[in-house]
Amino acid sequence: MYETTYHRPSSVDEAAALFTKGTESKYLAGGHTLIPVMKQRLASPSDVIDLGKIKDLVGVEVFADAVTIKAATTHYDVAGSGPVQKAIPALAHLASLIGDPAVRHRGTIGGSIANNDPAADYPAAVLALGATIKTNKRSIAADDFFKGLFATALQGGEIITAVSFRIPAKAGYAKFPHPASRFALTGVFVARTKSGDVRVAATGASSSGVMRVPAIEAALKANWSPGALDGVRIAADGLLTDIQASSAYRANLIKVMAQRAVEHAG
Amino acid sequence: MSTVKLTVNGKAVSADVEDRTLLVHLLRDHLNLTGTHIGCDTSQCGACVVHIDGRAVKSCTVLVGQANGANVTTIEGIAKGDELHPMQAAFRDNHGLQCGYCTPGMIMSAIDIVHRHGGKLDEETVRHELEGNICRCTGYHNIVKSVLDAAGRMKVAQAAE
Repeated sequence: MYETTYHRPSSVDEAAALFTKGTESKYLAGGHTLIPVMKQRLASPSDVIDLGKIKDLVGVEVFADAVTIKAATTHYDVAGSGPVQKAIPALAHLASLIGDPAVRHRGTIGGSIANNDPAADYPAAVLALGATIKTNKRSIAADDFFKGLFATALQGGEIITAVSFRIPAKAGYAKFPHPASRFALTGVFVARTKSGDVRVAATGASSSGVMRVPAIEAALKANWSPGALDGVRIAADGLLTDIQASSAYRANLIKVMAQRAVEHAG
Repeated sequence: MSTVKLTVNGKAVSADVEDRTLLVHLLRDHLNLTGTHIGCDTSQCGACVVHIDGRAVKSCTVLVGQANGANVTTIEGIAKGDELHPMQAAFRDNHGLQCGYCTPGMIMSAIDIVHRHGGKLDEETVRHELEGNICRCTGYHNIVKSVLDAAGRMKVAQAAE
């Protein structure tokens, strides 16, 4: 790892001010992507600004129609949150599938979304639930947030403060995990809103990151059941091919994971 | 360089280290607590697991600054004098190790698992929960047996306190 200077601000404003002072600053939340990348010398930030200890960035709030998860809340705390389990059980379930227990003790929702790894779990929930990403500057709709591999609508120095999820009528998540890293080889989040709209997002599948799956959305809107997807075929165009799985295999996984997610959603 | 202050195995510790120092290097190279191992260095194998404020974490993926002010427990801090922690005793009695390299991380993760699940552990849960700890020798059977055995012993020990 190259040399760096570590900062631990106690407020979002202080963090944003520190960011502008460094020549190449990076925010750190759980550190479970940034630190490995720094160890490989693929990133060499002049300044690392730790958001993980900012009290305003930790916690869960449940309202009548929405669940707000503050950005530095760990996967472990989301997975184990009684209010989240009750309001959006699929979201707590998704958090419980990320990495392994020690990773979930450190990794955060804000870090996951800001990094937008194409195989991360949270982006699927954010996109399928039509969540709103709140930052220290503005609110961004999920549809406008994810911009391809490791790219988001965040501007330099902007800090995610919370993610707000509308509570759906039904939701489910299923993933086929990479056998070593537990990232999603393909993961699918299905959601039906209280007004009957259906949104489906797949992660780990596309070479341009998390994506909606219109064919599955249409089929589930007509008939919310795993069997409704039996005849659906997903095109392999634009899907990832790597040592673990071909694009055709991932295309099939999208359908199978969607069926399992619907089954899970009930 | 920064001065970090933390509590390690109940003792107050202060060290002047570069900001890029990882917690595992502070423990091994500065405090000579070499029971915590480095296996993969890519956050996957779990040989470096310690507890920070009671939670199992991979110390190869924590900067010392993040642990500043924290309470850290390593494999060296769990026995009471000559009396092994029930998890250590269970690993010994069930032969839950072969080469021993992964064992400190296994034991620290396993204690965390028992704390989180209490006495309700079954084999499937233990296997699932150990997914962040990799052993290349044992095939896991005796490790799982050890954790289940220790869960019972820890319950008894807790009830006695």
